[in-house]
Amino acid sequence: MKVDPIHQFQIHDLIPMASIGGRDIAFTNSALVMLIIVASVSILLIGATAPRALVPGRLQSIAEVSYEFVANMLRSTAGNEGMKFFPFVFTLFMFVLAANLIGLIPYSFTVTSQLIITASLALTVFVIVVGYGFWKNGLHFLNLFVPKGVPKVILPVIVAIEVLSFLSRPVSHSVRLFANMLAGHITLQVFAGFIIMLAGWGVLGWFGATLPFIMVLLLTALEFLVAVLQAYVFAILTCIYLNDAIHPGH
Amino acid sequence: MSDGTRNDGNRGKAHTDEAALSARLQRLGEGLGEARGRAAPPSDGPGVDRATTASGYARGFRLSSELVAGVLVGAGLGWLIDRLLGTSPWGLIVLLLLGFAAGVLSVMRSAGVIPENRPD
Repeated sequence: MKVDPIHQFQIHDLIPMASIGGRDIAFTNSALVMLIIVASVSILLIGATAPRALVPGRLQSIAEVSYEFVANMLRSTAGNEGMKFFPFVFTLFMFVLAANLIGLIPYSFTVTSQLIITASLALTVFVIVVGYGFWKNGLHFLNLFVPKGVPKVILPVIVAIEVLSFLSRPVSHSVRLFANMLAGHITLQVFAGFIIMLAGWGVLGWFGATLPFIMVLLLTALEFLVAVLQAYVFAILTCIYLNDAIHPGH
Repeated sequence: MSDGTRNDGNRGKAHTDEAALSARLQRLGEGLGEARGRAAPPSDGPGVDRATTASGYARGFRLSSELVAGVLVGAGLGWLIDRLLGTSPWGLIVLLLLGFAAGVLSVMRSAGVIPENRPD
């Protein structure tokens, strides 16, 4: 029996919607999972905060802890001014977290393992940073690329490097999340494939199969860590980039 | 503040419990506020450090992706400039080198060797 570790990332059409310029636009499994993510986060948070108890119950605690977590992260990196971006950062964090965790359910689909999804999230952050930076600071925003105390002679080179470093942000921002999820899921699938292959060898294979089985068990735990950690890293990098838009001076 | 409300509570016998409770709540709130103020110094908390020390694996991944992204963006931009202006191969060469430098800069920033931009 052959196991195809890439098969899990295939996108297939569920409901054909329209055809624009010879290209079929369809409601895909990826879109379905994203809808499920948004729905489950909304239901969780709205349902959890509905009782408005002074002493929070379990669900309300989840909502409160996630609120405080993101609020503290934003406040400590971007200052109190950054709190106006709280809805945005919170939405991003919860979306990525839910996408990563839902992707860990067997037979589901991990939307964050698609580069197009993480790239559009990262580009949204990038456009907001650039747009808000120019809107709030005007041309003063360009000070971001001019470090203080640099000799005039090498300033053009430094500015060019700073601009490139700034432009590379959405790339590293998106690739990090995408590559982590992709690599994790492929590794899981490959080791799970070993179990099936070894088990096909008879009694001796069954004993051999316990080794990759233990590995898969440990990897699953690691994947849970990675799922949460990457959502956190994605959100905190968003905060750091937003901080640049709010305080562009060095 | 909290002392004032406590005295009020002692005077009004009927409301003693409620007043004491509210005074306690107030004192707790103030204490919490102070503790939070101490725990989160305004706007220069090293968020990056906390993000990266969470796990060595994440840290390594973060640093390597910064470097790769810098090089890739430099190369892509150089290639684009060459295509648009017909300066091949100089745009690619120069921007690839600059991109590498930018990647190293990002790596050093996220590793905390160079301080990140902080609000003054």
